[in-house]
Amino acid sequence: MADIAVARGPTRTPFLARYNASAAQALALVAVALFLLAFMVVPLIRVIMVAFADPGGGFSLVHFGDFFRTSLLREAFWNSIYVAAMTVVVASLIAVPLATILARFRFRGAALIHTLGVVPLVMPPFVGAVAMQLIYGRNGAINLLLMDWFGFRIPFMEGLNGVIFVEALHYFPFILLNLSASLSNIDSAMEESAQNLGARGFTLFSRIVFPLALPGYVAGAALVFVKVFDDLATPLLLNVNAMLAPQAYLKITTVGLADPMGYVISVIMIGCSLGAMALSALVLRGRDFATSQRGGGGLSRRRLGKWGTAGAAAFVTLALAISLSPHIGIFLLSLATVWSFAVLPDAYTMAHYVTIYREAGPLIGNTILYCGLAGLIDVVLGATLAYVVLRTRLPGRKLVEQVAMAAVAIPGLVLGIGLLRTYYDVKLPFSGESLATFWFMLVIAYAIRRLPYALSAATAAIQQLHISLEEAAENLGARKLSVLSRIVVPLMTGGLLAGFVTSFATAAVELSATLLLVARAPDAPLSYGIYVYMQSAAGRGPGAALGVVAVVVVAIATYIAFKIAERERGLKSRELF
Amino acid sequence: MAPKLTRHLLLAAAVALTATPALGQALEDKLVIVTSFSKDLTVPFQQAFEKKHPGTKVEVQNRNSAAAIAFIRETRSSPPDLFWASSPDAFEVLKKNSLLQKYQSKAQGVAAKVGSYPINDPDGFYTGFAASGYGIMYNTRYTRANNLPAPKEWDDLKKPIYFGHVGFSAPSRSGTSHLTVETILQGEGWDKGWATLLEIGGNFQQVSDRSFGVPDAVNSGQYGVGIVIDFFGLSAKASGFPVEFVYPTVTAIVPANVGIIANAKNQKAAVAFVEFLLSEEGQQILLDPKIQRLPVRASTYEKAPAGYPNPFKNTQLGARVNFNADTSEGRYELVNSLFDRLVTFRLKELNAAWKAIHDTEKKLGTGANAAAKKMLAEARKLATSVPITDKEASDTAIAGSFQEVKKGQKVAGRQAEFEEKWDSFAVKNYAEAKSLAEKAASAK
Repeated sequence: MADIAVARGPTRTPFLARYNASAAQALALVAVALFLLAFMVVPLIRVIMVAFADPGGGFSLVHFGDFFRTSLLREAFWNSIYVAAMTVVVASLIAVPLATILARFRFRGAALIHTLGVVPLVMPPFVGAVAMQLIYGRNGAINLLLMDWFGFRIPFMEGLNGVIFVEALHYFPFILLNLSASLSNIDSAMEESAQNLGARGFTLFSRIVFPLALPGYVAGAALVFVKVFDDLATPLLLNVNAMLAPQAYLKITTVGLADPMGYVISVIMIGCSLGAMALSALVLRGRDFATSQRGGGGLSRRRLGKWGTAGAAAFVTLALAISLSPHIGIFLLSLATVWSFAVLPDAYTMAHYVTIYREAGPLIGNTILYCGLAGLIDVVLGATLAYVVLRTRLPGRKLVEQVAMAAVAIPGLVLGIGLLRTYYDVKLPFSGESLATFWFMLVIAYAIRRLPYALSAATAAIQQLHISLEEAAENLGARKLSVLSRIVVPLMTGGLLAGFVTSFATAAVELSATLLLVARAPDAPLSYGIYVYMQSAAGRGPGAALGVVAVVVVAIATYIAFKIAERERGLKSRELF
Repeated sequence: MAPKLTRHLLLAAAVALTATPALGQALEDKLVIVTSFSKDLTVPFQQAFEKKHPGTKVEVQNRNSAAAIAFIRETRSSPPDLFWASSPDAFEVLKKNSLLQKYQSKAQGVAAKVGSYPINDPDGFYTGFAASGYGIMYNTRYTRANNLPAPKEWDDLKKPIYFGHVGFSAPSRSGTSHLTVETILQGEGWDKGWATLLEIGGNFQQVSDRSFGVPDAVNSGQYGVGIVIDFFGLSAKASGFPVEFVYPTVTAIVPANVGIIANAKNQKAAVAFVEFLLSEEGQQILLDPKIQRLPVRASTYEKAPAGYPNPFKNTQLGARVNFNADTSEGRYELVNSLFDRLVTFRLKELNAAWKAIHDTEKKLGTGANAAAKKMLAEARKLATSVPITDKEASDTAIAGSFQEVKKGQKVAGRQAEFEEKWDSFAVKNYAEAKSLAEKAASAK
């Protein structure tokens, strides 16, 4: 290993050559592994160890036996699987047509539609729940109207089907973003060849386009599955207890409870999430999605006929209207004096915005700073890891990838407790402040929990990237680093962007770890501000106003990101033609 | 704490006012408070305290109870100064883990009991600074639209007309909810108390996982009637929501507490804040329409607006039940778990059983034949029984299964084992109750 330092560019040490890796790649893998070890594995183990302890303190699996002997938990387990699988189906019904329409047809304001397609991911804590109830609830606007006009209700928000409905509206952007990124990577030559051979319409889509975009779809669908499987907010909002995430949460957060079952459930959820991700990798295994010609800027875009335009516009409008209705609700709530058992608020006021005016600035600043950094860390770590996993045969790379993916199933509170436990006594050099309550720890907590999003997106992007492009560049004398910066990264832009946007958007409304790690009000992000208001009747308006601010912040950041990507893509195309 | 009450209170209050500034030395320049209270409550106190002690900056960390406890436990090497919250259970956990320090307030004229409820920790680790009564909150638009009469008593909530209209927060999730349940159990006795809870539970639309979930839902009109602490109802009304709040004849009183955290860095400031909360000046802040908590000084009520509930005059507030804190503490975790098995996690099944019973009773009216009556009685019995007796619940071996096990302590089993037994008990009973009630309906 002594000659690692000299291993530069395509030259490789014999040791690493066996793994088809350069020293830089090996170092990168080690760095990612250390980061995960320090900020995820160790803190996590320190908290969930109790799941494996018998009352005397020794190692025991008795609690896992109890899990499977408890009928409520068995029921919860199957409910969670059912809901997650059905959500993938429903979310696909929204996202696949939307992504295809956006990729295929020339649209004015495509960046705007892409942005609006991300906004459903931003569901501010508590505020989103209240708004959902006021719109889709048992006595929400829609059901009040239905009762008035027709004398019946639709139970949008009841039982497992309610959970599926809300989850699908909330998480379809995962599929939309990843599939869009994949679609934009397909070489139009593929499509043209198929067309020359006579493929048209649905055949063209189902035999050529969709299969080529499969990595993106599978990445998105797998994320939706594990995210919904592990999601807590929605079951709590609908008061559905018989699912794993709420069962774990109710145990872990019950004051003074000694029962380790909450941690046992967490371990089982992590296991299931890993299983689901492995299964999704199996779907793609043995197939090659990479195309070597690049730069066409995705599918050939067409103009739609009159009817086509109307149909596509109608679908896009309807899909966005339904999925954005909670946000319209939040907006109305932020302007409402009182909104109670009524289709619309009683009256409107700007007073809530005046209330939050003074404190909103720092909250916004902190949110952009924390979530922006977390998104960046995720993109860097995700892309690095995906690259090493797919392009080298370094030992342990799969394990590191799985550990990173497992983060999706870690409850925020558990990670928060673990970070406090591990780092509270570590003091910062100058201020003497604790590392655990230093604001950067929030960035790390956000980054850890959202790393799976960026990792999936990056993996999908590299799967579509043919290795021959890199080899060609290397043969022409380019060093590894310039191959990365000139070839790989630019061609992955879409995937990296999808990863950044999902990480950023979801981190902006994270609450459970935030609530534990924020130590000083000036360090607090928007989600904390929303929580503080939403604890009293009088705070509902100001809380909703901050919720609107959070949505707008994410929307603007996303819009800018898409605009940048659009321009990049435009530049690339011009170079070629 | 001076147990001498009412008559001496006025005089004592006057003494207290002059006594508090005698704390002497300057306070530290910072005070860190962890709280689960809303901004409506914390901000006025923070401002008033900072005004009184200009050199001290108050840092408020808002966390829910679970996050607050975890934070205080994990930061014990250099902890915040005060924990300020409602739930007595959270304080109990901190106390058991030696995370609080004893403090005996010097304030005079503060009552030791509100109604028959002792408001301070008998061991002196935390102090009650305000009280609240439990009651019923309802949305007037909702009750009008659904033709519901205004509920007045707990027993009203058993009536079939309220089926699917009532909400409550789980006692395992809310320390104040727990006190209400425990008050019913102690007031009516174990078996009868559970029967009442399960019959009211039959009408639940939802069992919320947080205290504020109930007023939140009533405010929106998601359901019409909620079992809540008074200030949730009163402050929502003050904020303009179309809601009303009533105290039933017998109600529980729950305290709101403050405790100094062990090894607090800003000792003097922490002490000063506790004293400030208990001072006449601090107590008056509780009367703010957005706060509406009951002061623990009888004298403060003289400044209260007309109609402000006064537990020192109004004996219905928490007076009827002689609350035994030891009984409550011994079976705390067990009662929470039992409620979750019987109600929270099997609400659909419980609802279905009671729906069938209500329907059959309505259909048969008074003209039921003997066989039908017998079946109905049996169904009611099944839908109101509990899998464990009063005595078993207080058995340390059984109750101990739900607590942290000390080395060498004998316990009857693991929590998960009991829970599975209770769960199948509930599922089986509710299903049988339902089918019996349905059979009775056709047994004309």
